[in-house]
Amino acid sequence: MPSAKNIAISGRKVGMSRWFMEDGTNIPVTVIEAGPCVVTQVKTEDRDGYSGVQYGFEDAKVRTVPMPQIGHDAKAGTAPKKHHKEFRCDSDDEATSFEVGQTLTVSDLEGIKFVDVTGTSKGKGFQGPMKRHNFAGLEASHGVQRKHRSAGSIGGHATNLGTGPKIKKGKRMAGHMGSERVTVRSLDVIHADASKNLLVVKGPVPGPNGGDLYICPSSRLYKPKARVQSEA
Amino acid sequence: MNRTEFVESVVADQLKGDDQLTDIAVGDTVDVHYLIVEGEKERVQVFQGVLIGMKGRGINRTITVRRIVANEGVERIFPLHSPRIAKVEVVRRGDARRAKLYYLRDRIGKARRLRDRRRGLKWVGEGEG
Repeated sequence: MPSAKNIAISGRKVGMSRWFMEDGTNIPVTVIEAGPCVVTQVKTEDRDGYSGVQYGFEDAKVRTVPMPQIGHDAKAGTAPKKHHKEFRCDSDDEATSFEVGQTLTVSDLEGIKFVDVTGTSKGKGFQGPMKRHNFAGLEASHGVQRKHRSAGSIGGHATNLGTGPKIKKGKRMAGHMGSERVTVRSLDVIHADASKNLLVVKGPVPGPNGGDLYICPSSRLYKPKARVQSEA
Repeated sequence: MNRTEFVESVVADQLKGDDQLTDIAVGDTVDVHYLIVEGEKERVQVFQGVLIGMKGRGINRTITVRRIVANEGVERIFPLHSPRIAKVEVVRRGDARRAKLYYLRDRIGKARRLRDRRRGLKWVGEGEG
């Protein structure tokens, strides 16, 4: 199912609070400061091999930005941007409907009820298999000694090539957890205010307060939400 | 404006004004009037009990009210700024020497009572029940 429209916007997680709905229920919400973003390049099938729009978000410290990038952003008539992101378009026509130098704000998300939010999750450091992969651990008693939180057997020496001296790649074990790209899908948009660059969504989003976020209309809605979106 | 202030400003218009909030303190016996939805209709129900704790700031402010129903302690936590809370009325002012009256959970019978905040008056409070 194609999404309502192809658009995306970058933002910054500000923090969480609660929101009282009209029917009196109160729900947890995340406050996002989203945009404004400036379109820095329009990509077309002929030149780039695909249709899309690249935009920049937040002014960078000029002395840290390489000259080519300053030139690239200057073509769009804007100060050097800290972050550059893209979103794909279905056709060149759609991509060229965006102009270089155009500003994308929360108001461009108007009519969109559900968004996908992508961010970098909080780093958890080196974690055991119980926390990292939800393993059950070993028993508390029945003769188990000093191994209550270990993963247990990791199987035989089955490699990607059959049997061999090494364990299969991707075997779930202890290791670094968090600090990875995470997308939460189909978050309800509770409130949007373009004058304040404000977006309020239901529920948590990945990362710490102040973390970078990439927000786009939901691409995979399950039926009840899809119905709400199509009615909008 | 720092992040906390920004979040507070976003939800500021959902807060109730001072005129809608009653002056309450821990130890008071209060009537909490809250709206419940029964099918189509909305109805006000009253929960009376001792205010044993308040926590949170701004929109997150909640009160914990404890009462005894059929010899069983019942505690309810109400978000003060919820539109479902019609009003909070003070029935009696109690004299509490601490911010959280969790010790009342271990008290039985007459020991559950709190002294009236107006000193010199008799013991008041939940009493038997």
